Amino acid sequence: MNGTGFIDRKGWFFIAIVLGAAVLVPVANLMVPEGSPLHVSDYLVPLLGKYLCYALLAVAVDLVWGYCGVLSLGHAAFFGLGGYAMGMYLMRQIGPRGVYGNPILPDFMVFLNYKELPWFWWGFDWFPFAFVMVLFVPGLLAFLFGWFAFRSRVTGVYLSIITQAMTYALMLAFFRNDMGFGGNNGLTDFKDILGFSISADGTRAALFAASALALAGGYVLCRALVTSKYGKVLVAVRDAESRTRFMGYRVENYKLLCWTLSAMLAGVAGALYVPQVGIINPGEFAPANSIEAVIWVAVGGRGTLVGAALGAVLVNAGKTWFTGLLPEAWLFALGALFVLVTLFLPRGVLGLWDTLAAKRAKPADTAVPAAKPAE
Amino acid sequence: MEPVTQSLLYLDNVSVVFDGFRALNALSLTIDEAEMRAIIGPNGAGKTTMMDVITGKTRPTKGEAMFAGIHDLTKLDEAAIAQLGIGRKFQTPTVFDMHTVEDNLLLALKEDRRAFSNIYWRRTAREKERIEILLERIRMTDQRFRKAAELSHGQKQWLEIGMLLAQEPRLLLVDEPAAGMTDQETADTAELLRDIAKTQSVVVVEHDMQFVRDLDVKVTVLHEGSVLAEGSLDQVSANERVIEVYLGR
Ligand SMILES: Nc1ncnc2c1ncn2[C@@H]1O[C@H](COP(=O)(O)OP(=O)(O)O)[C@@H](O)[C@H]1O
Ligand SMILES: [Mg+2]
Repeated sequence: MNGTGFIDRKGWFFIAIVLGAAVLVPVANLMVPEGSPLHVSDYLVPLLGKYLCYALLAVAVDLVWGYCGVLSLGHAAFFGLGGYAMGMYLMRQIGPRGVYGNPILPDFMVFLNYKELPWFWWGFDWFPFAFVMVLFVPGLLAFLFGWFAFRSRVTGVYLSIITQAMTYALMLAFFRNDMGFGGNNGLTDFKDILGFSISADGTRAALFAASALALAGGYVLCRALVTSKYGKVLVAVRDAESRTRFMGYRVENYKLLCWTLSAMLAGVAGALYVPQVGIINPGEFAPANSIEAVIWVAVGGRGTLVGAALGAVLVNAGKTWFTGLLPEAWLFALGALFVLVTLFLPRGVLGLWDTLAAKRAKPADTAVPAAKPAE
Repeated sequence: MEPVTQSLLYLDNVSVVFDGFRALNALSLTIDEAEMRAIIGPNGAGKTTMMDVITGKTRPTKGEAMFAGIHDLTKLDEAAIAQLGIGRKFQTPTVFDMHTVEDNLLLALKEDRRAFSNIYWRRTAREKERIEILLERIRMTDQRFRKAAELSHGQKQWLEIGMLLAQEPRLLLVDEPAAGMTDQETADTAELLRDIAKTQSVVVVEHDMQFVRDLDVKVTVLHEGSVLAEGSLDQVSANERVIEVYLGR
């Protein structure tokens, strides 16, 4: 790593847009009067915030898939666990304002005749603890999963299938009432976050800005990783795993580090997502969610990070628009999109952009770039 | 621990059985420090399987494999064996296609292999210098910024040999380096390998007889998983059993 030299022009452009949005969207929502064409509505702020959380999830998926070659069909598990950790904090903030008025126990526990708070809920009323859990729980699951899977050299389709099984198992577990996470209703009816009303305009704007900052930060972190020598080894593992091994690299450690970091990023994305949508339930673990995340990355451009974020925003904006028109047909549209992108845009939207830019630059610029000596 | 043997590589009575099929059958072989050895033998003789055993890819069903007299290769994994100083070039050239020629060499350089320390890595003057020397040696200085995917087959073979040298191994295992090369490239490769063998041990598997002749070293003939004959190329060429199974066809 070398100062900020690891971020290229596209990267700076991306960071500028995301940080710009972090400032402008809250301003346009809170300060620009409602009649103005520049006003961003109260409905739009959490919706855009949600897209940013998905974008961060997509960046996390791209880190493992695009650079390390691990096609995860289970990243929703890490996203969901981060979301549940945040949801548990938010539940504890409700305090005696629940329907049953119990100062300690969330409503669903009172309803299920819990006498006391289960041990795994301890500490979640304290934000710093919950924040650490947002990183720790997905990180721990990923670490344990990766430890066994990478050590036993499970790769390719088999690995993808067991990641899918992992998230499916979590979904089934969280559906159960006796797991202590609210069963199929999940966690909802949140009131406050850090002492601020969760439905206040100011809070929503702040959550949006926090999501933008997390996305920019996550991008910078991933970019620093993939441009380091560690990142070069990751790409080597992706393209010729056994060759890398015969060169003396412990491939499983490289994968494990990347995989665990990626899971923690996904956890942060989930934690920011939950207060903005106001609910977390086992549906977040659904296998289809993980597959959707992979499609965002493929649409945007695998192995580019920026493209992954772009794909997440584009596909989800499309989903919002499309489900308004034809709700039942969305999954078919998504499937068709995936097939079309795979066939015609193997490098995604960002790859198309690069190709077009290169075509336009050609006539003016025929010289070999200065850094390359003539061949 | 006392070295069991003075040889750098010591294989004794090694057998590998795949589903009842004996790919190696009580194979014994020793390679000395800074020795070059050519291994020949018909297809399916077990040459690649032998390299798999030495590099930890395949575990022998039976037998002993020692490196430098003290390291039991049958107990170590690929990464550990590579770090001991055994480098391998595969039968089909495998380089990192998406990396530049220079980065391929950088990744191979004998440096810290740990994941965490490579996050904080910065190119050192020493690394730069070694890459220059390697590029020079494999005659690819003017190709350094090209992606490996764009190289010709012969260039990939050379790049892979360069990567092997970058690892500074004590023993190089080279599987069919001349495959798919022009006559000139083949002759150049033989010269390069002879040069390497001045300081490092080299085991070369090859089919091309002219190439083996150019190497001008002791030859081991493998057949059905064991050693059929050993000696100079002229000696083994004169061996009746060798003629029968291999050269005479
Ligand atoms: N993983 C494996 N499983 C089953 N059979 C194998 C395996 N690897 C090699 N063989 C068999 O072992 C024999 C020796 O193969 P190999 O070592 O590749 O020969 P060579 O390199 O001398 O041509 C061949 O008959 C091959 O089919
Ligand atoms: Mg072979």
